[in-house]
Amino acid sequence: MAQDELMDAFGEDEPTTEYAYATFKTTRISLGQSVENPPSGNLIFDIQHHFGRVNGGAYEFFGLDLATLRLGLQYGITDWLAIGIGRSTLEKTYDGSVKAKILRQSTGAVSMPVSISYFGSIAINTLKIEDPAIRDNFSDRLSYVNQLLIARKFSSAISLQLSPTFIHRNLVEKTVDDNDVWALGAGGRFKLSKRISLNLEYYWVISEQTAKDYHDSFTVGFDIETGGHVFQLFFTNSQGIVEQHFIPQTTGNWLDGDIHFGFNISRAFVLSKPKEFRE
Amino acid sequence: MKTTTIILLIFLAFTIQSNAQKYITKNGNITFYSDGPLEKIEARNKQVNSALNTETGDFVFKILMKSFVFEKALMQEHFNENYVESDKFPTAMFKGQVTNDVEFSASGTYEVNVEGDLTIHGIKQHIQEKGTFKVSENGIHGTSKFHIVLEDYDISIPGAVTGKIAEEIEITIDVTLKPMKK
Repeated sequence: MAQDELMDAFGEDEPTTEYAYATFKTTRISLGQSVENPPSGNLIFDIQHHFGRVNGGAYEFFGLDLATLRLGLQYGITDWLAIGIGRSTLEKTYDGSVKAKILRQSTGAVSMPVSISYFGSIAINTLKIEDPAIRDNFSDRLSYVNQLLIARKFSSAISLQLSPTFIHRNLVEKTVDDNDVWALGAGGRFKLSKRISLNLEYYWVISEQTAKDYHDSFTVGFDIETGGHVFQLFFTNSQGIVEQHFIPQTTGNWLDGDIHFGFNISRAFVLSKPKEFRE
Repeated sequence: MKTTTIILLIFLAFTIQSNAQKYITKNGNITFYSDGPLEKIEARNKQVNSALNTETGDFVFKILMKSFVFEKALMQEHFNENYVESDKFPTAMFKGQVTNDVEFSASGTYEVNVEGDLTIHGIKQHIQEKGTFKVSENGIHGTSKFHIVLEDYDISIPGAVTGKIAEEIEITIDVTLKPMKK
């Protein structure tokens, strides 16, 4: 056909690098961070809710009487660098975070098997200290999280992530408790349909004392896409929402029915438009 | 005498070259726009390939779906992942012809009829649309505005957002075709 000949005029496509996109649907798998960042120029408002335990029975309305809430903001300074702030009701905690993409999974001209991001955060517990015998040092209220997020999108239906985690707490309750806690997170996204995915997330606490006193956090959740929004609904044994809480301080046991229902809702606001829309 | 012949030959070769029959661009513009009751959706692609053969009237487009940029990044992700499935169907194509007579050798503005096969999302449809060619010394500036129905290309709108997204999309084409260098 003559048109095909004309098509040849465009020449061979230059080798391009195809970056994996939508490895996860949001910046969180369910509770923990995913390799995704807010897009450049986007401000995301997060509302995260964990209700009480379902085994509270009808008296506690299966946990719905109680709630732990976190309100947060995250902003994409560039496509690879984001900052965030938040406030969680548990221990009246404020948090500030940084997330940076180090490597992006790609095929083509540049081939990279995995995406790697760094996530770091500082949390400040702002509970009043009632006991006058306890000295109130500001530094005692701080705790830190460092995570490496290593993910691969295996197909449009399956993505997996490993999250080596180091948490440091300036002050712990008892002398035997770990100031430094090591953990390894593992998570996955499995698409059930075009718009619904099943997300699983597990944090294995490695540090001995913490592993003895607490349970590993395990979450089963669903991402539901509705046009411009993604709702995340999940069941977890963790009451806490920030990493400092749900990784080393999970007290619930799935086998005892200590399960919290929870959800994340996020709303994106475009503060800085893509360059194609600026003129 | 010899020199004059050579100069004449060079001159002749030059005129033949400038009298190109193929016109091409690799950075044409295509915008699509849909104004649903709840959501206004607009995407812009500024890297559209288009070529025209002024002798035969053959007219083609090649469009990379991932080059469409949306104002909301999340929409762009949904567009590629769920609507046009860019991983499976990376390009859209048009292979057609200008069916009416256009005097490409003379500058001016011409109404044109274009007919051919448009392939989006792996589905080929025969379309016939009107457009305008503005022919000048610098090239040919082609513009057109028409509508396509998503269903024709097997692009489904999920139940949750039915009515939110218009089922008919307005396409605006704006390409400046330059004579192709031999």
